Amino acid sequence: MAKVDFDTPEMQEVSILPKIKPGSMEHSSPFVAKDIHQEPLGFPGELVENFEEKVVEKMGDLLDKYRGFRVFLDSCVKCGACTDKCHYYLGTSDPKNMPVGRQDLLRSVYRRYFTFAGKYFPKLVGARDVSKEVLDEWHSYFHQCSQCRRCSVFCPYGIDTAEISMAAREILDSVGYGQKYCNEIIGKVFKIGNNLGLPGPALEDTLEGLEEDVMDDTGVEVKFPLDVQGAEVLLVTPSADFFAEPHIDGLMGYAKVFHAAGISWTISSYASEAANFGMFIGSYDNMRKISQRIRKAAMDLGVKRIVFGECGHAWRVAYSFLNTLAGPWDFLDPKYPVPQHILEVTHGLIQEGKLNIDKSRNDDIVPTFHDSCNVARASRMGDKPGGQFEIPREVIKAVCNNYVDMAPGTTHEATFCCGGGGGLLTDDLMEIRVKGALPRMEAYKQVTENNGVTNIVAICAICKAQFTKILPFYGFGMDAIMSAHQLVSNAIVLEGEGQDDADESEASEA
Amino acid sequence: MSSVSVIYALMFYFATAVIVVGVGRKIAQYARTPAPLKIPTTPAPVTKGGVVVRMAKEVVLFASLFKSNKWIWIFGWMFHFALLLVLLRHLRYFTDPVWEWVALIQPFGKYAAFAMLAGLAGLWARRIVVDRVRYITGPSDHLMLALLVGIGITGALMTYVSHTDIVAVKAFFIGLITFNWQPLPTDGVLLAHLGLVVALMIVFPFSKLLHAPGVFFSPTRNQVDNPREKRHVAPWAAKLDAREE
Repeated sequence: MAKVDFDTPEMQEVSILPKIKPGSMEHSSPFVAKDIHQEPLGFPGELVENFEEKVVEKMGDLLDKYRGFRVFLDSCVKCGACTDKCHYYLGTSDPKNMPVGRQDLLRSVYRRYFTFAGKYFPKLVGARDVSKEVLDEWHSYFHQCSQCRRCSVFCPYGIDTAEISMAAREILDSVGYGQKYCNEIIGKVFKIGNNLGLPGPALEDTLEGLEEDVMDDTGVEVKFPLDVQGAEVLLVTPSADFFAEPHIDGLMGYAKVFHAAGISWTISSYASEAANFGMFIGSYDNMRKISQRIRKAAMDLGVKRIVFGECGHAWRVAYSFLNTLAGPWDFLDPKYPVPQHILEVTHGLIQEGKLNIDKSRNDDIVPTFHDSCNVARASRMGDKPGGQFEIPREVIKAVCNNYVDMAPGTTHEATFCCGGGGGLLTDDLMEIRVKGALPRMEAYKQVTENNGVTNIVAICAICKAQFTKILPFYGFGMDAIMSAHQLVSNAIVLEGEGQDDADESEASEA
Repeated sequence: MSSVSVIYALMFYFATAVIVVGVGRKIAQYARTPAPLKIPTTPAPVTKGGVVVRMAKEVVLFASLFKSNKWIWIFGWMFHFALLLVLLRHLRYFTDPVWEWVALIQPFGKYAAFAMLAGLAGLWARRIVVDRVRYITGPSDHLMLALLVGIGITGALMTYVSHTDIVAVKAFFIGLITFNWQPLPTDGVLLAHLGLVVALMIVFPFSKLLHAPGVFFSPTRNQVDNPREKRHVAPWAAKLDAREE
């Protein structure tokens, strides 16, 4: 575990609104990207000399390209509705972590250069010039935002701080002042095909290992196909699913579902990544380039459908943006939405009775479900609004007997971020990650105490990795976090499985 | 014709030009700027009709604000709807004969002044009492409230305490509309009221009052949630596709 020199916030029975503590998180800033991280993405290698000019120029460019950015900068009336909605504010009390406080770091510069009032009466409207200090502040506080959109639910004008923070990061990148974590990862996708930099042969080994694991557990030959021409489904999943816990158990669940339903599928070594960090840095170009890899893989492999594994922001990019960035998808089977979420697939198969489920195999688990922000507030599943809440819950309830929801106001569209989303899942931001998880941990603690909940289930690679790391800070076991398809994997009874194995539940645990 | 009448007549022409041209330009700018990605805050409506309903709930009921904070909602909603009633009531000074429905709301419009002031007082109090809101409040936010409160108080004074020659005021405004200038009464309360109104009209297109047209253009609220069914591409983004083919 990373060394820490901060105190984990104390969990409260009823969340108490903290008094503001200005400056309490101003020391938090992620590592700055070096030229080797910046240049492959088309950004300058270091802070450019005339950055004052360039920042204003880039801002003007974004104002002309994104209506949301412009409208959001103009419309805020400082009503205060958002001030207690951000998990990072609730966990740190730093007023620059209030959504409006964060927006104003950029809005102040917008006003100075792009509005009449800011040009002629800067003091009156809180306008300020670009300076290195301003950029430092942006680098700090726009990397204390997980772009979770909780504020946008509660804003009377729908102002989405995620859009402001994406724009701020895009501006920072454009003047050579990017964030190492995100940009290094995007570079790996371009070079190798996934965030982890896992090359094709290593991926092949890993998948073979998984086949053996499932064989040992169940006695059934479940395939994890790679680069199979003419498969029906291309599975695009976050690369963490290939090796991290509990992600990998989810991947086993997808494989068992496809196997049980007799759907041929494949992973692509070229597009072996569902995550798209291009979104986090607000770069349309990079987001598009990453998405185009999926188009190419689908065409090269001649698949009929595209299915995404469990990942929050990846599902946002897939559901909301993929058609825009890499469509049209007219070469795929029009019977299916493009893309589909693995939970939509599993849900449909359960409804049709095509999966043989033994719920009792999950009887030792009392799960609750953590709605991942990007799924909850930036996408959908199924054909009805809110399907993104119902479908995961229906799948979980179909494979286990003991489901419990966390308190209203902490789930569905009001769900609290895990604290590690939006490009913050890096050790150099450990303090903000732990503190930002406070509201979620409070809600989780409540159901563990009152309802005997044993596990928290997520459908996002970042949530899963984040919880694994921060649960211990709050006194929970790191293995309390589970994949939704891990529960499916436990409960699904495959044809020919353990015919002479009396104790199936034990076998399915590994 | 007194010089005060001439000055006020010119001020109103100027202020009207500023608000119409200023807000018009802003609306044109919002309308022209593309929204390249589908970013509705979900769950979102899947049809255009659904979006109309969502937007109506936002504009009429302040639905998101209601979810967010009941105090701001009560004060904010009270202020805005009282202001609407008051404005509609004021139509009687610009139309001759007075439309029937305007005459009908006259008594409500008169009392709405108090609701409007109470709402403003509540919103202002939050800016002082609640530390989070105090932190985000700038001088311009106080000035805006002062302006609105000033307009409300001077208006209520004329309704309930020191009446002005309202027939002459109406003649003045109808004269402005028909370019047949008439004298304006010169009592202080009226001049203060009208002066503040002129100031509000002038700052409108340069201030946060742009939230009024802005809300209709907010992509998180006005987009249909149908990205898988319908390909959405902004003109500048379409050029990226074209370049590769």
